[in-house]
Amino acid sequence: MAVVRDDVMPVRSSDDIVRVRQEVRARAIEIGLSLVDQTKIVTAASELARNTLDYGGGGTTRLEVVQDGGRRGIRLTFEDKGPGIADVELALKDGYTSGKGLGLGLSGARRLSNEFFIESKPGEGTRVTIVRWK
Amino acid sequence: MDRIPILKMGDALLITIQVDMHDRLALALEEDLTAKIAATKAKGVLIDISSLEIVDSFIGRMLDNIAAVSRMLDADTVVVGMRPAVAITLVELGLSLTGVKTALNVERGMLMIQNRLRGLGDFSGRRS
Ligand SMILES: Nc1ncnc2c1ncn2[C@@H]1O[C@H](COP(=O)(O)OP(=O)(O)O)[C@@H](O)[C@H]1O
Ligand SMILES: [Mg+2]
Repeated sequence: MAVVRDDVMPVRSSDDIVRVRQEVRARAIEIGLSLVDQTKIVTAASELARNTLDYGGGGTTRLEVVQDGGRRGIRLTFEDKGPGIADVELALKDGYTSGKGLGLGLSGARRLSNEFFIESKPGEGTRVTIVRWK
Repeated sequence: MDRIPILKMGDALLITIQVDMHDRLALALEEDLTAKIAATKAKGVLIDISSLEIVDSFIGRMLDNIAAVSRMLDADTVVVGMRPAVAITLVELGLSLTGVKTALNVERGMLMIQNRLRGLGDFSGRRS
């Protein structure tokens, strides 16, 4: 899989989340995603960037345009050096929140993406990667 | 800080969400709206989201909260103008917005509120 374009954005404030959404939208249009697929990936990005900020204490979002054979996609990586997630399986359950959320961010982002990976270590941080293919 | 304007329209309040909402703005809106419902004794709240390109769980929760608080103050909330792509995405996200009534546009939303005020219909969310 080749990386066609690669950008890293900070996620330190709610303004940054807005900027991440706008940038993901721009990339999604660039690779020709349908309006519904654009909306799905931007919504997933909004959820995951918010987790990076709210639970991870801030971090980064990496936006990559990737190419695999003839198809293009967007790969987004949300990374923080926050407290990590002790029980990832529990965190992925619909409705589970340790805060005041709806508990749909991780599970929803997984449904809205074609590929979903999560790595988290208590005390070290969390990295969530999603891919949406054209 | 920016505020989202709340307009009075007959017995209802109309809020048009036009910007990509920041968290602070969403929280300020909840506060402003509650105060305004109390002050105007409005019986309905229309929230026009036709400009919103996405609704995530944060905005979804805000809409739910507004509906819950409005209900306590005897006003009904109707969310109007949701884009089709947003509706499809919300379902997949898992957000059902059960506490919120929806209508295609402001006119239909207004009609829902008026019907309920006149005791017509049960405000069931059926399209009038
Ligand atoms: N980056 C993160 N760092 C630490 N914990 C996280 C992170 N992302 C998610 N979590 C944990 O997973 C839970 C579920 O997340 P999510 O599905 O987005 O729901 P919500 O944000 O509504 O709580 C969070 O409540 C939190 O405990
Ligand atoms: Mg979340």
